Amino acid sequence: MEFLQQLINGLAFGSILALIALGYTMVYGILRFINFAHGDVFMLGAFSGFYLAPKIATFVPLPSVAGAILVLIASMAICAALGVVIERFAYRPLRKSPKLTMLITAIGVSLFLEYAGQFTFGASPKRFPEILPVYHVMKVGSLSLNSNQIIVVVVTILLLLALRFIVMKTKIGTAMRAVSFNPEAAALMGINTDIVISFTFALGSALAAAAGILWAVNYPSIDPLMGILPGLKAFVAAVLGGIGNLPGAALGGIIIGVTETLVSGYISSTYRDAIAFAVLILILLIKPSGLLGKKDIEKV
Amino acid sequence: MNLRHAKTFLLGAIVLSFLVSLFSNQINSYPLYIAYDIGISIIMAVSLNLINGYTGQFSLGHAGFMAVGAYVSAVVTNHFGDLNIFAANAIFAVALVAGGLAAAVAGLLVGIPTLRLRGDYLAIVTLGFGEIIRVILQNMDTVGGARGLSVSHAWTNLFWAFGLSAVTIYVIAALVNSTYGRGFIAVRDDEIAAEAIGINTTKYKVTAFVIGAFFAGIAGGLYAHAKQFITPGGFGFMQSIAFVVMVILGGMGNTIGVVLAAILLTLLPEGLRMLSDIQHLPGFTAERPLSWVGDTRMIIYSLLLIILMLTRPQGLFTFRKPGKIKVQCSE
Repeated sequence: MEFLQQLINGLAFGSILALIALGYTMVYGILRFINFAHGDVFMLGAFSGFYLAPKIATFVPLPSVAGAILVLIASMAICAALGVVIERFAYRPLRKSPKLTMLITAIGVSLFLEYAGQFTFGASPKRFPEILPVYHVMKVGSLSLNSNQIIVVVVTILLLLALRFIVMKTKIGTAMRAVSFNPEAAALMGINTDIVISFTFALGSALAAAAGILWAVNYPSIDPLMGILPGLKAFVAAVLGGIGNLPGAALGGIIIGVTETLVSGYISSTYRDAIAFAVLILILLIKPSGLLGKKDIEKV
Repeated sequence: MNLRHAKTFLLGAIVLSFLVSLFSNQINSYPLYIAYDIGISIIMAVSLNLINGYTGQFSLGHAGFMAVGAYVSAVVTNHFGDLNIFAANAIFAVALVAGGLAAAVAGLLVGIPTLRLRGDYLAIVTLGFGEIIRVILQNMDTVGGARGLSVSHAWTNLFWAFGLSAVTIYVIAALVNSTYGRGFIAVRDDEIAAEAIGINTTKYKVTAFVIGAFFAGIAGGLYAHAKQFITPGGFGFMQSIAFVVMVILGGMGNTIGVVLAAILLTLLPEGLRMLSDIQHLPGFTAERPLSWVGDTRMIIYSLLLIILMLTRPQGLFTFRKPGKIKVQCSE
């Protein structure tokens, strides 16, 4: 029974990681660099929800399903715009420079978002407002399952399906896949790579914002540094699944989330933050291309 | 770095730091602590420069090795009570070397499995190892766990801080300029070409990592005996990034630039703090008109980092264009 409970908690946590990991994997797939600031976009998603909720509550009563959907969509839009702005001003000028320069710029952007967040929102944790009514779906013995955990998983699945539709069935999705396959050839075929890259950042940041809202609904204490660890763990999830591979990122997120919850439940909770990294090191030693990734051949 | 005068420089720096340290009880303790911080930053940044700058391997876990050195040296010296000055310095030297060696072993353990990876993967894995070291220390009750460990002796002085900085600079510069050391630069410039001409790239990368970790461990020992209180949280990911920024700002593979950057970046927060403490300025009516500088100094720091990367990615103190011929290959 307790195992089942841990599994459910792990699934909810893992779904959130999966949403963040998708942003990492998409950006890596196209630009081949780790967007370190992605975890902080997740944080800003939660904070936009925090500040939007009272505004939205003036015309849609909160907590309610409609209000929650509005908060979710508004935060996703804000973060999508933010992702585009970050890419335009911090990463685009560096597209031709070494990967290391981009990585350090990304670290700079991440630090900037964190400190600017601490400055404007205050460093102390804030309590996220209740935007969704909570129901106890079932309570059998020690097993308790509430509606929030189900909603996290359901929203994640819906977003994953939407993303799959965008990437596989739409024109811009085809362009994204083309650019990730070979940017030069894609540009020669008449694809505007700048627009595709902006769109990728918008999509990834919107998913991170959704993850931020879901996180805040499930664990309602938010602070400006909340994005660091989930961001790193989500990156590990993306590598675990095979970076650049969308289903892989989702699978990696679930695996990391469930493993971490199980280990902290049964072995030791103080080691929980090291688990994701231990998994990362193992996977890179055994199968560096990830569970679902293809092996990259390096050409001279 | 020109090596002809290097030995004179090394001796001079050690003698100078020894002489200055004789007067250190006449110096106010606050600037003294900043001076120790500068020495420690120089050792950390110069040793990281061997890994990041000269060998081209991106490590984001340097503070983890510093933590190993700090804890090991503190555990060694905590066994001793009050000693006379000679015994104290002898024990301190042993403790520093022990900390350095422990960090080097940690570097070897981290390096062997991870250095097969490249670029940003390596960055994340070293970051992960840094965090794992921190979590392990947090769970070790014998060294205080998350509560931290107090260090009984304040043995760090100007002689140790700057004498060891000079030794670090000398060793790294001499190593990189030796025949053996050219291998590091070859690995950085083109790993595949280096491998093709018979350089054992993995061995070079691991060597750079172990030597870098050794000096980081020594810096950790100095840090422990300057602050007299260490916690695992003090050696986190943010600390590692601070050292990486010193290397980047100074210019990767430019030892003098990195030393200047280490000094500059250690003084910068103090300078901004002083600015924010200024009581009156002509033209301003408010008391402490610049107090906003203190609140926003980390924002300023991160913005500077972004602007620097956009405008001078080669570092502040690198003026020469790298004489490398880039051949574009089609993929």
